[in-house]
Amino acid sequence: MQHGKYRFIVGFLALPLGLYALFVVWPFIQSIYYSFTDWTGLSPEFKMVGLDNYRRMLDDDIFWKSLQHSLMFAVVLPVVTISLALFFAFMINAGGRGRRGGPVISGVRGSSFYKIVYFFPQVLSIAIVALLFAFAYNPDSGAINSVLRGVGLDGVQPLWLGDPDLALWCVMAVLVWSTVGFFVVLFSAGMASIPSDLYEAALLDGAGRAATFFRITLPLLWDTVQSGWVYMGILALGAESFAVVQIMTTGPGGPDYSTTVMVLYVYQKAFRDGQAAYATTIGVALLVVTLAFAAVVMRLGRRERLEY
Amino acid sequence: MGSTSAENHGRPGTGRRDLIKRSAALGLISAPAMGFLSACASSGGGGDEDKAKAGKKTAKNPLAVNDTAQMEFVLFDGGFGKEYAEDAVKIYEKNFPGTKVKFAATQKIQSTLQPRFNQGTPPDLIDNSGAEQMDMGVLVGKNQLADLTPLLDAPSYDDPDKKVRDTLRPGIVEMGQFDGNPVWILYYAYTVYGVWYSQKALDSLDEQYPETWDQMLAVCAKAKKKGMAGWTYAGKYPYYIPFSLYPMIGKVGGREVLDAIDNLEPNAWKHPAVKACFEAYYELYKKGYVLKGTPGLDHIQSQTAWAKGQALFIPNGSWVENESANVIPADFDLAVSAPTGLDSSDKMPFGTIWASGGEPFIVPAKAKNAPGGMEQLRIMLSEASSKNFTAKVKSLTAYNGGTQGITLTPGLKSGVAALEKAGDNVVNPRIQDWYVQLQKEQIGVAGLGEMMAGRLTPAEAISKIQGFADAAAKDSSIKHYKHQ
Repeated sequence: MQHGKYRFIVGFLALPLGLYALFVVWPFIQSIYYSFTDWTGLSPEFKMVGLDNYRRMLDDDIFWKSLQHSLMFAVVLPVVTISLALFFAFMINAGGRGRRGGPVISGVRGSSFYKIVYFFPQVLSIAIVALLFAFAYNPDSGAINSVLRGVGLDGVQPLWLGDPDLALWCVMAVLVWSTVGFFVVLFSAGMASIPSDLYEAALLDGAGRAATFFRITLPLLWDTVQSGWVYMGILALGAESFAVVQIMTTGPGGPDYSTTVMVLYVYQKAFRDGQAAYATTIGVALLVVTLAFAAVVMRLGRRERLEY
Repeated sequence: MGSTSAENHGRPGTGRRDLIKRSAALGLISAPAMGFLSACASSGGGGDEDKAKAGKKTAKNPLAVNDTAQMEFVLFDGGFGKEYAEDAVKIYEKNFPGTKVKFAATQKIQSTLQPRFNQGTPPDLIDNSGAEQMDMGVLVGKNQLADLTPLLDAPSYDDPDKKVRDTLRPGIVEMGQFDGNPVWILYYAYTVYGVWYSQKALDSLDEQYPETWDQMLAVCAKAKKKGMAGWTYAGKYPYYIPFSLYPMIGKVGGREVLDAIDNLEPNAWKHPAVKACFEAYYELYKKGYVLKGTPGLDHIQSQTAWAKGQALFIPNGSWVENESANVIPADFDLAVSAPTGLDSSDKMPFGTIWASGGEPFIVPAKAKNAPGGMEQLRIMLSEASSKNFTAKVKSLTAYNGGTQGITLTPGLKSGVAALEKAGDNVVNPRIQDWYVQLQKEQIGVAGLGEMMAGRLTPAEAISKIQGFADAAAKDSSIKHYKHQ
C-alpha cells in the first residue's frame, strides 16, 4: 500500500500547486521586487531605488493612519461580528425554553425563520450592500435620519459618513451587518453537531443559559470560532474593507482621511497617482500585517482539542 | 457517549512549526491584493521598426497618413457617449478607404490600457478620461505621449489657409502643455465651470444673480425665509467647491494669485484674496445658508436636492445639464453664472469665469500609427463634427464656434452667454490636472470639505492647505510644473 503513495499524492497536487505558484506566489515575489524600484505603472521603464520607498512610507502620515484604521478593522470587526454571531446562533439552536412535549434543547420560537433571515445579506454583493447603506446614511433624505426625525429626534441628525468621528464606525457597522449571517450559519452547523446529551446533563445539573454557553457550547465550538476569526480578519484587511470604503465614503477615504484603509491606499497610489512601486511597498506592509494577524490568532487560539 | 475530557494525541495542541506554517499559508491566501498589481509589468518592447510607414503628403492629407495602415482608437464611454466618435470614425474611413479603424469604447480606460502602455503597444488615439483616467503627469514625465504640434500646425479641416491651432478656443493649447512648447494633450470638450442655478427659482425670489458678496448673502437670506437653502455642493467630493471658489479668488486678487497657487509657491494660499474668499464661503456655513446635511451628500444626491429646489446655487461644471437631465424639471430654466465677487475693489470684473478643456485626447509616443490618430482628431475638430457633438451631448467643443444653426439647451445657451460676457477674463487653474492628489484629497476633502462642514475655521483651513502644498512642492516623487 505504501508503495507509490507519494507519487499518487504529488500527482494530485501538482496542478493546483502549480496554479497557486503561478498566480499567487509569483506575483508576490514580483511585488516585493517592484517595491525596490520607481515603477510608475504607466510605462515599462523603471530603475532600482533601493529602500527609498520604504523610507518614504515610514514618513508618510497617511500610511500610518491607514495602518491604524486597518488594524482597528482587524481587531474590532472579528470581535463584534463573532460575538454577535455566537449569540444569535446559540439562541437559534439552544436558547429556547424547553416546551412540554418538545425536544429538551431547542432554539427560540421561529428560529428556523431567523436562520434564513440572517443569511439574507450574504446573498447580496458587497458593492450593493455598500451602495444601499450609502443611501441609508444620506443625512438629508436617508433612511436613518428619516427614522430619527420620525420619532421626534429632529435635533439628532448626524452627518454619518460626512463626520470624521463617525465615518469609520458607520463603515464597520455595514461590514458587521453583511457578514454576521454567514457566521450564524457556520456556528449553527457547529452547534448542531454537539450531542444533545451534553446539554441534557448540564440541564440536570441546573446550568442556566449563560453557563451552558460558556461551559459547553463555546469550548466545543472553539475550532470553528477560530477559523471564523481568521476569515473575518482577512475580510477586514482585504477586499471587503476596500469595497465599502471605496464605494461609501467621502473622497473616498473619508473626511480628513478618517476611513482610509491600507488596501484603499494601495489602490489610490497605484491607479490614481501612477506610483505603482510605492503601492507595492504598502502592499508588502499589508502582507506583514496580515501574516502577523494570522500568527497572533493562531497563537492565542491554541487550545486542547476536545473529542466527543 | 461523548467525553468532555481532553484526549491528547502526541503534542499538545498545535506545534510551533505547524503554527508558523499555518499562519504563513493563511497570510498568503489572505493578501493577494498586492499581487495583481505586478501582473501587468513587463519588460516592454515594440521599437520603431513596427511603426506604420508615412503616407503621401497632399493637401487633403497634410499629416501624411498611411492610407493602408490600421488606426486604433479607444474612447472613454462616459457622459458624452460614443456616437460622436463613431460618426468621426466614419468620416476617417471614408477619407481613407484602404484603411481599417479599430474602434473601442470603454469606461475602463486604465485597466484596458495600462498593460498595453507597459508592453509598449498602445493604441493610436485615446480619450483618457473618466474615473479610470491615467495620470497625465506621469505619462508625460515618462515620455509616453506624442507631441501634437504637427496636428496644431496642420491646416484645419474646413479652411486650408487656417491652422488647426487658430480654430481652437482660448486656453486649449496651453492646457495641453506641461512645461515647454510640446503639446501633449488635446482637450476636445469645453467645460464652463461656475455657479449653476434655476433662473425660475431666482425670479420667484424677485432677485438677480448677485454680483457682490453682500448681495449674495442677501439673496441667501431671502431664500432661507422661503425655506430654501442658499447653497449645496457635492459634500462627499468637496473638490467641486473650487469650480466657483477658484475663479472668485482670481477675480478678487487677480490671475497671479491663482498662478502662484498652481506653481506651489510658498505662502501662495496666505494671500489676502484667498483669505477673504475662504471667509466669504465660511460665512455661508455660519449663517446656515448651506443645505443641511450637505457634507454627507455625493454629487448626484446634491444635484438632485438642488434640482428639487431645496437649494438655490451649486458649484458645478457644464456636464451637470446632461448628468442631472432626468431630475431637472422642464421649467427649471437652468443657468450658469460667473462666480460672485467680493465688491467693486476686486481686481477683475464680474464675469470672470473658469472655463477649460475636458475629455483629454492623447496620442501615445509608441503608437504604431500616430499620424492616423492625429488625423482623426483633425476630423473631429472640423465645424461639422463639432456641431454634431454639441447637438448630441449638450456640450461645447474645443472648436471655437460651431453653435450656429443648432438649437441650444438652456444650460448650454447660458454657458455660451457667460463665455461671451467673460471675453478674455477666462481663468484656468491648472492645479486640478497637475496635482490630482493635492487638489482632490488634500485641498478638497481635507481642507475645503472640513471648513464647509464647520470643522475648520478659514484660518485653520488655509494653514492646513498651505502645509499640503508645501509638502507637495518638496515631494520628489511628484513631477512639478510651472506656468510659463
